[in-house]
Amino acid sequence: MSDKLFDLLPQNLQEFYITMQDDLYDGLKDEVIAATGEALDAHAQGPAAILQYGLVAGMEIVGEDFRDGILFVPEVLLAAKAMKGAMEVLRPLLTDAKDVERQGTVVIGTVKGDIHDIGKNLVGMMLEGAGFEVINLGINVDADKFIAALREHNADILGMSALLTTTMPYMRTVIQRLAEEGLRERTIVLVGGAPVTEAFAEDIGADRYCDDAAVAVEAAKTLIAIRKERSTPEAGREVRQKRVDK
Amino acid sequence: MKSNRLFEQLESKGLLLGDGAMGTMLQQAGLTDGGAPELWNVTHPDVVRGIYQAYADAGSDIITSNSFGGTSYRLKLHQLQHRVFELNYAAAALAREVAGDTRLVAGSIGPTGELLEPLGPLTQAEARAAFAEQAVGLAAGGADFVLIETMSSLDEVQAAVEGAREGSDLPVVVTMTFDTNFRTMMGVSPAQAVQTLAGWGVQVIGANCGNGPAETERVMWEMAQARPAGVVLMAQSNAGLPHWHEGEISYDGTPPVMAGYTQRMRALGVQVIGACCGSTPEHLAAMRGAMDGPALADYAPDFVTAAPKPATAATDRREARRAARAQAAD
Repeated sequence: MSDKLFDLLPQNLQEFYITMQDDLYDGLKDEVIAATGEALDAHAQGPAAILQYGLVAGMEIVGEDFRDGILFVPEVLLAAKAMKGAMEVLRPLLTDAKDVERQGTVVIGTVKGDIHDIGKNLVGMMLEGAGFEVINLGINVDADKFIAALREHNADILGMSALLTTTMPYMRTVIQRLAEEGLRERTIVLVGGAPVTEAFAEDIGADRYCDDAAVAVEAAKTLIAIRKERSTPEAGREVRQKRVDK
Repeated sequence: MKSNRLFEQLESKGLLLGDGAMGTMLQQAGLTDGGAPELWNVTHPDVVRGIYQAYADAGSDIITSNSFGGTSYRLKLHQLQHRVFELNYAAAALAREVAGDTRLVAGSIGPTGELLEPLGPLTQAEARAAFAEQAVGLAAGGADFVLIETMSSLDEVQAAVEGAREGSDLPVVVTMTFDTNFRTMMGVSPAQAVQTLAGWGVQVIGANCGNGPAETERVMWEMAQARPAGVVLMAQSNAGLPHWHEGEISYDGTPPVMAGYTQRMRALGVQVIGACCGSTPEHLAAMRGAMDGPALADYAPDFVTAAPKPATAATDRREARRAARAQAAD
C-alpha cells in the first residue's frame, strides 16, 4: 500500500490492517468482522479509518487480482460478503462520522427484457467495496425506474448491464430518456455486459464501456474525479497530483 | 439402458457436426426482447421447426433443442415455471420430428442463472431437482442425449449431471464456457474441467460460446493435453466476436472463418464440432464442407501455457497464514 497516511501509522497498526486485508482477500467473513471490532475497541480506530485501511484498501487488491486473472468471481464474491459483514458493524458509526468522504452514489441495473443478474451484482459489490453508495435496481429495469431512482437518490452514476444482443439497444433508449428528463448532463453513464463493446458504448452516447467489474470501479472513480476537477480548481489540483503520484 | 445413439453415431461417423445459434434466429423471426424462447415451442412450433430444419439442411448431425432456459429458475422469470415439462417436451419433440432416425437430438440444458451455496442462495439439492425436472421433459420428447452447456461453475455442473441422470437414462454431455482469461467466469480451467467431469463419468466434454474460434482453439488445445483416455471432445464456438456497426450487432466470424476453425478442431482431435452465438445455417454449411473435406496437412499449434504469476511478499504472506490456519484446524 502506498498511502502516505497509512505509512504514518504505527508499525503494529500497519501490520494489523495488512492482516485484515489478507483475511478480506481470503473471504474470511468472521475474521474480518472480528478485526473490525478489534480495531474499534483495542486500537481505538475511527470507522472511517477502518473502512479505508482495512476494507477499501483490501478490496482494491482483490479488484486488481480479479482484473489480472488471479482471482475469479467466487473469490471476489466471498471477499465482498466479508466486507458487507464488516460494513454492518461500521455503517451505524459511519453515518455519525464527518470524516468519511463518499465516492458517490451509483444506480445500477440490468436493462429491460434482460434477466442476467450475476455480473451486475458483482459490479455493485465492487463499487460498494470502493466506497460508493450503490442502489441496485435488479434485473429487467425500464427507463422510468432508472430515472426515478437517479432522482430519488440524487445519484452521480448510472450503471447499465445487458447480456443479450437484443436487449443492449435498450441502453440507448435509457440514455435518450435521461436527456429528455434533463438528467444526462449530471449523470455519468457506464455500460457493460458480454456483447457490449466500446464502439457500441460510444455510439449510444454512454460515457464509458466497462470490460469487467474492476474496470467499472476504475472508471467510476476516474470520472467522478474528473468531474470534481471541473467543479473546483482545488479538487482538480488534488486529482492531478494523484495522477502524477501514480 | 436405452441404446446409446450418440456413441453409435460417433463410432460409425467418426466426426459429428453440431448446429448453430437458436436465439438470434428466433429474434429474426419476431421473438421480442425479453420474451421466453422456450414458449415458442408451443406458440410458434413452425418457426422452431423451421430453424431446426435449416440446420438439418445445412448438414448438422445434431439438432439442439430450444430449451436452454428451460429450468424452472429461468422460466420463473417469465412466469412459466409451472410449464417446465410441457416446454421441454415440445422442444425435444419438434427436434425429433426434424432429426428423424438419421440425426441426433441434443436436449439443451443451460445454467439456472442463480449462484449456488455458499456464494448464493441455491442449494445443490434444489438445483439438482430443477435439472432433473427439465431432463424428464427432454427425454420424454425424444432427446438422444442431454447437452449441459454454457456452464461456468463445477458445482452447478455437478447438480446438472446428477439431475439429468435422475430425470433420464440418457447419456450426458457437458460443455463449459471459458471466457475469462481462458477459464470460466468462476475460474475453472479447461484441464480442470475435463478431468473433473471425466471423474464423474461424463464421456463427452468440451467448450461452447466464449470469445470466438481463436480462443476456443487454445481452450480445446489445453483440454486435449489433459484429456483422460476415453473422453470425446466437443467444441461449439461463437461465430467470432460481436461488433457494433451502424446500429446493428454482428459477429465477425464469417462462414470461411468457421470452416477454418472446424479444420483446426479436427486436427486437435475434437470429434463433435458445432457453433454458438452469431452462427447461422450458412456457417454450418461451410463447416460441413470443412468436416467432409481433407484434414489439415500441417497443423502445429504452439500455444504456450502461461507461467503462473511469480510469488510476491503479499502472496507469500497470505500463503503462510493459510498454512497456519490449516494447521490450527487440524
